[in-house]
Amino acid sequence: MLGKLSWDAIPWDQPIPLIAGGIVGLILLGVIAWIVVRGYLPYLWREWITSVDHKRIGVMYTLLGLVMLLRGFVDAIMMRSQQALAFQAGGYLPPEHYNQVFSAHGVIMIFFGAMPVVIGLMNFVVPLQLGIRDVAFPTLNSVSFWLTAAGALLVNISLVVGELARTGWLPYPPLSEVSYSPGVGPDYYVWALQISGIGTLMSGINLVTTILKMRAPGMGYFRMPMFCWAALTSNLLIVAAFPILTATLAMLTLDRYLGFHFFTNEAGGNMMMFENLIWAWDHPEVYILLLPALGIFSEVISCFSGKPLFGYRSMVLATLWICLNGFMTWLHHFFTMGAGPGVNTAFGISTALISVATGVKVFNYIFTMYGGTIRYTTPMLWAIGFLVAFVIGGMTGVLLAVPPADFQLHNSLFLVAHFHNVIIGSTVFGAFAGLTFWFPKAFGFKLDERWGQRAFWFTFAGLWATFLSLYMAGLLGMTRRMQHYDVPEWRPWVLLVRAGTVVIFLGVACQVIQLVVSIRNRHALRDETGEPWDGRSLEWSTASPPPVFNFAFMPNVENEEPYWTIKQRAVETQNLAQEPDYGPIHMPRNSPTGFIYAFFATFVVFAWRDKHEYEIPAEEVARLDRERRTARQAWLRESAVRLGESA
Amino acid sequence: MVSGLRRPARHLTNILFLTAPLIGCSGGPLDPHGPVAGQQRLLIFNALAVMLAIVIPTILAAVGFAWWFREINPRAKRRPDFVYSGRVEIVMWAIPLLTVTFLGGLIWTGSYALDPGRRLESDRPTTEVQVVALDWKWLFIYPEQGIASVNELVVPAGAPVHFDMTSASVMNTFSIPQLGGMIYVMNGMVTQINLQADHPGEFYGRSAHFSGDGFSDMKFTTRAVPEAEFARWVETVRGSGQALDRAAYTELMRQSVPDRPFTYRSVEHDLFAAVTTQRIPPAPGPRSGRGGPGIEEKAER
Repeated sequence: MLGKLSWDAIPWDQPIPLIAGGIVGLILLGVIAWIVVRGYLPYLWREWITSVDHKRIGVMYTLLGLVMLLRGFVDAIMMRSQQALAFQAGGYLPPEHYNQVFSAHGVIMIFFGAMPVVIGLMNFVVPLQLGIRDVAFPTLNSVSFWLTAAGALLVNISLVVGELARTGWLPYPPLSEVSYSPGVGPDYYVWALQISGIGTLMSGINLVTTILKMRAPGMGYFRMPMFCWAALTSNLLIVAAFPILTATLAMLTLDRYLGFHFFTNEAGGNMMMFENLIWAWDHPEVYILLLPALGIFSEVISCFSGKPLFGYRSMVLATLWICLNGFMTWLHHFFTMGAGPGVNTAFGISTALISVATGVKVFNYIFTMYGGTIRYTTPMLWAIGFLVAFVIGGMTGVLLAVPPADFQLHNSLFLVAHFHNVIIGSTVFGAFAGLTFWFPKAFGFKLDERWGQRAFWFTFAGLWATFLSLYMAGLLGMTRRMQHYDVPEWRPWVLLVRAGTVVIFLGVACQVIQLVVSIRNRHALRDETGEPWDGRSLEWSTASPPPVFNFAFMPNVENEEPYWTIKQRAVETQNLAQEPDYGPIHMPRNSPTGFIYAFFATFVVFAWRDKHEYEIPAEEVARLDRERRTARQAWLRESAVRLGESA
Repeated sequence: MVSGLRRPARHLTNILFLTAPLIGCSGGPLDPHGPVAGQQRLLIFNALAVMLAIVIPTILAAVGFAWWFREINPRAKRRPDFVYSGRVEIVMWAIPLLTVTFLGGLIWTGSYALDPGRRLESDRPTTEVQVVALDWKWLFIYPEQGIASVNELVVPAGAPVHFDMTSASVMNTFSIPQLGGMIYVMNGMVTQINLQADHPGEFYGRSAHFSGDGFSDMKFTTRAVPEAEFARWVETVRGSGQALDRAAYTELMRQSVPDRPFTYRSVEHDLFAAVTTQRIPPAPGPRSGRGGPGIEEKAER
């Protein structure tokens, strides 16, 4: 069963991965033991592992992503510590280990950190904003999640059993072919990404179908919240781009296992084709991560400025522009391959064109704030931090799109600084803004504001300390992925980068403390009304956390801000809308299909269900919704008192 | 129009030039010593200046509006219904479009003017160098002189140098930042770059694309020397060291990191062509990797 695996696969000679793996193993065992002893296992199985509820799956996606972001951050600290020590010296990580660390950092941050957080937020929020009860294919949704989890598990096993690719996070052949990487590293890479990539593709199909086919009555395309537009374009990109990843990895797999010659040096293989294909997938991937973040900021900035989004139709157009144009720029990742000035010019200009759409978006955010009443909550801080970081990161990106400048800056730390500046400034800031924004919706209580704001300031300061230093090191000619170096001019910047990671670490620590403090104070932070932020879109019209069916009755959408309209009407008339006739609701039954399919594909037959749905009787629906209405009525009375006072 | 836009750009460029000495001469692209690198730096500064002209006001507007319209500011005029304005929208599409149109011009002209494959104009003769990236060292073959060196590139100062480049095994990037950047090298293919050093001096060069465990050591020194000294160097090299024939090359292409640069007194005719056309097969990789005994057999086979 273990095939060629033997004891040699475990790096007995390297204490760092052994100890790290041992500690993680112990923590995992501890958590599992605690769950079993406290008797939570049946609950966990019934309510979470087999759940097909988009909200639960969204929460699990996000949790997986957050844990993996931490894991990737540990890799980052290890790398930067190595570089801080390795000036004219060997440092503490030998090359064969250091090379795995930076490969793991990229793979984990993008595929198992950022992607699950973003997909998790889309999964949770999109059906609620569209005013519907679940995604189009609930069981498929569960399969998607568990495939991603299986991929994440595989990558993490490689820490202790065998090795991960030593090739960088995109395994360029021929280095990743059997002749130059005879170890199992690239095999872990291709299987983990193949499995999670298929999960992502299915999740993309699911969300595209949901948005196109399942909106609440009256919600035309131009009445969808911006986050739904962002989710639609992002998932369209997933559907279009991820098959390329699947095919590319399949070709590399055939090369490695069956002696094919797609990308080898010998027998007519062409490694340049791999570069083309992998970037034809990965450049859209950048926008798959960016677009949902832009959607989150649209919601956050509009909500906390107390205004509808400025220039809604311009925003939709800019989003679609990014979606289309994002597919036409991949070659800028290898201007230096020698394609010639004509090709480089075309792709340089197509890349710069993206900044027209992102520029319009930034201006729209600014004019949304103009004339507003801005509340400085944690999500709004992340949004303003994003505006600053994104504009600067975007500028260095366009600089890299000028081919002669790229001949100097390609593969330097300037490039590394650019994409971290943009990805952290947009996707990661967006994810944190979204988490703080929608956390009360998911769990019924707000996150602690003080620790949230501390987390923002540390992360924001750390971002500049780290990445301005990396920009400088890059301008001084320092190449990425160096295990050691001997140019004295680089040293101060490398040390500053290391100091910057400490500041970011403080930010991360604040986030963890924030979560612990908030859970402890959850009664004080409780959100009874279902709308803690004075929100504008439909997700705030239901209870927090929402009942399994989301909405007791389908809302009727009359304009771009349906919930804001309902709320204004209630405040004006001092009455909630008429109580509707509640009917029974059919919801999909939970299923272990996803879990079993992902981990034991062969036994999927055991996950068979004879009945796919169950019915929630009308009385139960009415009871749950009346609870919500009682809380709302109380809020309405309070607001009337407040209005009376201010008048 | 162009000159009107260029003037503030010049001004900003000057400021950037003034700050350049602060970051010293590090072997990086901000400290050019050749015409190509010089123009690249100018282009970087021009593009940055054009973009900063809208980036700085944008950041100021974002932070300024966010602060002015804070909840507790009684002087801020609230306009909760200001959600659309045709004039504002036209301006907000026009500004980035105009900037990108201008940058597009820079991209277009820059890409052709600084095409690495384009020969440099000079009244001095061009020196030909053939570059082979090996695991993990650089081989420089001088076809006209019939000699070769490893990890040390010696070129005449003030005259153009044309490089034909390939790789014996995996992808690498040949890069000398102070002379004009980088180009990929790949097995079975030839890429080109044209560079020139203005003055005698030593310049840092290395592989800028990750190529395996010895990557960090895959660096070389470029020495630009006066014409007469170059001729003397060629004579010295011819008088000592090994000859680079098939056997010596096969030995050289094994994975290793040499302690110090060395030279070959002669080079087998057409060695570079034999590498690029794969008459000499690609260099071998490591003999084994982590992950069990079966893999090792596979690599040996």
